[in-house]
Amino acid sequence: MRVGVVSYPGACDDRDAMHAVALMGAEPVRLWHADPDLDGVDAVIIPGGFSYGDYLRPGALAALSPVMRGVRAHAAAGRPVLGICNGFQVLTEAGLVPGVLRPNASLKFRCHDVALAVERESPWLPGCSEGDELTIPMKHHDGCWFADAAQVAELEARGQVLLRYRENPNGSVGSIACVTNAEGNVAALMPHPEHAVEQLVGSTDGRVLLQGLLDLAGVPAPA
Amino acid sequence: MKVTVLVRPRDGILDPQGEAVRRSLAGLGYPAAGVRAGKVFDLDVDADDAEGARRIADEIAGKVLSNPLIEQYQVEVAG
Repeated sequence: MRVGVVSYPGACDDRDAMHAVALMGAEPVRLWHADPDLDGVDAVIIPGGFSYGDYLRPGALAALSPVMRGVRAHAAAGRPVLGICNGFQVLTEAGLVPGVLRPNASLKFRCHDVALAVERESPWLPGCSEGDELTIPMKHHDGCWFADAAQVAELEARGQVLLRYRENPNGSVGSIACVTNAEGNVAALMPHPEHAVEQLVGSTDGRVLLQGLLDLAGVPAPA
Repeated sequence: MKVTVLVRPRDGILDPQGEAVRRSLAGLGYPAAGVRAGKVFDLDVDADDAEGARRIADEIAGKVLSNPLIEQYQVEVAG
């Protein structure tokens, strides 16, 4: 089981994502932004950071980078992709998940744990039921997810909303914290599951989403 | 050819940056009831005529320089 983690110039959470993948029992594989070849990985994580300095719009230039050709093909084949923070921004700019991330309504960089309510059962959230709560840290300035009312209604009807903030920290429409594409194989969120995998640093709730990624890639949960 | 692309937040989209500037202007006593913040891109486009330059800049503006969900753009070709 090999999980690719994309490194961009300006990415800063790629190492933590690789560490988390290894903790979950899979093999992390570093993918380089300038190389469209995904090296045959089973799943992909687009990690957090400030790719290309967040120039133009967060994630906009990374969405145009060569590695995204490989990521698009991987996603089109129904293989799983998880976008975290800047990775969420990259995936929206690439059109692989709906909406767009705007500056937080408060214009403040927010860095703290957030309580996330599970919206529905999903392969991305193994073992979770509607109404469960996950505590995962967030750290971002541009996490205000936006889509127009018609789009939001469509996403809700299709079950593409997986998590909502208990208390909206950034102005996201509908307090939406995690969305998927229509097919359900690409998911993205602003909070950082890869920072919540060891009790030593607080929560291990992030393991849920990483296990979901591994499950979707076709590997049984570790015993 | 020199082409300028103006990118603005769409009408009705919250613009926290413009709103922060508006509050500061109000604090200074300026009578500016609204501020919207956008971006300016000056492009030097390789094209035979103004129409060609506009077509290329239009595509760049729509596909790269703006995100249509939240922004609108305007292309101005220098005479």
